[in-house]
Amino acid sequence: MSEQAVASPEISYVNHDTGGTKRLWQVFWILSFVTIVELIMGFGLAKHWYGDPIKNHGFILFIKGAICILSLAKAYYIVGVFMHLGSELRNFRMTIVVTLVLFVWFIIAFLSDGNSWKNMRNTRGHSMPDETEQVAPAAKAADTKE
Amino acid sequence: MSTTTIPTGVKWWNGGRSPFNASYGKVMMWYFLMSDAFTFGAFLISYGTIRFSQNVWTDANKVFDSAPFIHGGAPLFFVSIMTFILIASSVTMVLAVHEGHKMNRKGVEKFMIMTIIGGLLFLGCQAWEWTHLLTGEHFALAANGGLEGLNTSVIHNPWGQALSSTELSSALAQTSPEVLKNMILSHDHSAVLTGLSADQLLEKVNEAVAAGHLHVTHPGPIAFGGYFFGITGFHGFHVFSGVIINLIMYIKTKLGHFDQRGHYEMIEKAGLYWHFVDLVWVFVFLCFYLI
Repeated sequence: MSEQAVASPEISYVNHDTGGTKRLWQVFWILSFVTIVELIMGFGLAKHWYGDPIKNHGFILFIKGAICILSLAKAYYIVGVFMHLGSELRNFRMTIVVTLVLFVWFIIAFLSDGNSWKNMRNTRGHSMPDETEQVAPAAKAADTKE
Repeated sequence: MSTTTIPTGVKWWNGGRSPFNASYGKVMMWYFLMSDAFTFGAFLISYGTIRFSQNVWTDANKVFDSAPFIHGGAPLFFVSIMTFILIASSVTMVLAVHEGHKMNRKGVEKFMIMTIIGGLLFLGCQAWEWTHLLTGEHFALAANGGLEGLNTSVIHNPWGQALSSTELSSALAQTSPEVLKNMILSHDHSAVLTGLSADQLLEKVNEAVAAGHLHVTHPGPIAFGGYFFGITGFHGFHVFSGVIINLIMYIKTKLGHFDQRGHYEMIEKAGLYWHFVDLVWVFVFLCFYLI
């Protein structure tokens, strides 16, 4: 191991590893494996392995949710190991991670907004019964010209 | 990961030292990337909002089912190649950072070149995909009741719901022979159509639809193209600027600037940007191709 370089005098200690690359390759294989699992699950969505999209709506939503969670796992490994955030000081880590928690509100608020927008349009502002599922494709076409 | 343990009893906030034990440049790169994450997040969440507000959305597995030399029927194939290119270039990047920590100039040069090649390959794939969508014609119901050939762009989306058989026959009856010829040629480039009557053309189109070679649909939501090209374009621009940054870092390594400086922290900062590009792709891949 050669001597470790410090970028500036303000830095108190070197927090990176100059040893082996075992951990990096391990993460590469984890990312590849998770991506392959995601691809298989996504391929199933394309080929209708999970049955009729309307009847099995809940199960398909579950599969999509599982794919989202796998993507978050990939993000965790990329940020934690490849970007070395895991070996930064806890205070610094928190200034970034805590800020990103805003995304939780962001996603819930805007997706439910979109959903309510759809329901309002389908029911003429809730003055008509919701008949989304029964509308024939020809009648629906007018809605898609957004 | 760290080999050195954190010194105990250090007064981090007493001045004279970085309270985050990181240089100003690295801290600011992290905060820039965080703001960039919010920009990408806003784009993707806006896409989600519009998608949730529609009764019918475009099926990505029908749009992205081709690759060079593969004309349809292969969903997720091409994009999985693009994804693996980015993952591989992320590994070569982190290996370059690792060699930089060891002050090994030759190692940094080798892995930076590999990372740059990975970035260029990814951009090439994206250029192919955009060209394929912008020049390929698909047939959808037009305002006049007949069919028309549309590309996939920010103003056209031929990827709505499939037509029912009655809708299809009434639409075909109102479609001009020119469009019928284009429909046949779009899946069979070598078809000889001179001298065929309108009825014969119609019969050929019906055969192709029945065999699944032609997808005839309602027009899809136009917002799809805007979001797809906008977000993958913004990501592609990040990849492009990442390649330029990596190129500059490679040249500076080659010229020995980092050896003179005594550390390779610039490689680390460029690496943070490059990994962020890979990170964003994880979510673009998720939102546009997988779900």
